[in-house]
Amino acid sequence: MVMAGESQFHVLAVDDSIIDRKIIQTLLKTLSYQVTTVDSGAKALEFLGLHQDDTTNPNTPSPPNNHQEVEVNLVITDYCMPGMTGYDLLKKIKESSLRNMPVVIMSSENVPSRITRCLEEGAEEFFLKPVRLSDLSKLRPLMLKTKLKDQNQKQEEKAAFQSPKLQQVEQKQQPSNDDKGKAIDEGLSPEKKN
Amino acid sequence: MDLVQLQRQLVEYRTSLYHEGFLDEQFTQLQELQDENNPDFVVEVVSLFFEDSERLLNELTKALEQQSIDFKRVDAHVHQLKGSSSSIGAQRVQKVCIAFRNYCEEQNVEGCLKCLQQVRHEYSLVKTKLESMFQLEQQILSAGGSIPM
Repeated sequence: MVMAGESQFHVLAVDDSIIDRKIIQTLLKTLSYQVTTVDSGAKALEFLGLHQDDTTNPNTPSPPNNHQEVEVNLVITDYCMPGMTGYDLLKKIKESSLRNMPVVIMSSENVPSRITRCLEEGAEEFFLKPVRLSDLSKLRPLMLKTKLKDQNQKQEEKAAFQSPKLQQVEQKQQPSNDDKGKAIDEGLSPEKKN
Repeated sequence: MDLVQLQRQLVEYRTSLYHEGFLDEQFTQLQELQDENNPDFVVEVVSLFFEDSERLLNELTKALEQQSIDFKRVDAHVHQLKGSSSSIGAQRVQKVCIAFRNYCEEQNVEGCLKCLQQVRHEYSLVKTKLESMFQLEQQILSAGGSIPM
């Protein structure tokens, strides 16, 4: 199985609460992720290199990232924020060239219709606040899956430009995409269960 | 007081805060995130909570003093306070916020004013208690001891 490499995963966390930003940052760092926090959906889009009205033709192939130097592997966002809600942000990302970006929603309120709406719009997960380390351990497989998908896509695009003979050789070495279940989870710090 | 006594006092004090509902499991979660790489994490988060809460309490007071009360605005502030108190495990503050939000929904001025008073009271209680707890922790550290979990 092809590992996504030793480079760290980078998570973009969006929350208007300074307390929650501090907590989520620490939780994610504890899991050895690189973290960037922003306090609004607008700033999140800016960081991702998307403009607020950036919706592209869904039929164009999506590059892994089209923003500045920093690659973001996952966006985790609060639902209730002034201005742009987490749902609005989710929608904008899914309608953009970054539609493959995994997005996770957090909310302090357990509203089933809200949860359904978010999942239907493409959110990978919905966490109730306060978010725990055990919730965030679900993020790794999501990011791994997308990284592998992007790598395969790159491979395919590369192969399209190569000679037929080389293509045959490459195809034999193509990693399988079905390794979701085998994603290796590094040991997390043990949490006490009460 | 010697180190062992201080440590025992801290454990007893902390336990009482949980028993009396001032703190809940979420506070424990925060303590567990504190380590050598992040030695002041709990104090830092709690300080942010104090600052933010004071801001919100002031906003709430102003909003409820208006001739024509904007209940949506009041509710938005209470929602924030409820969220942050929940995030640090300040259970009693959180509980008052829940009742507070119900009064906002009912547009019940008296109820809101009563809750504002209550939430101020609970906030000031938990603030005092956390500050006392941090002081005890400092004393232990200064005496060369470690904080018992």
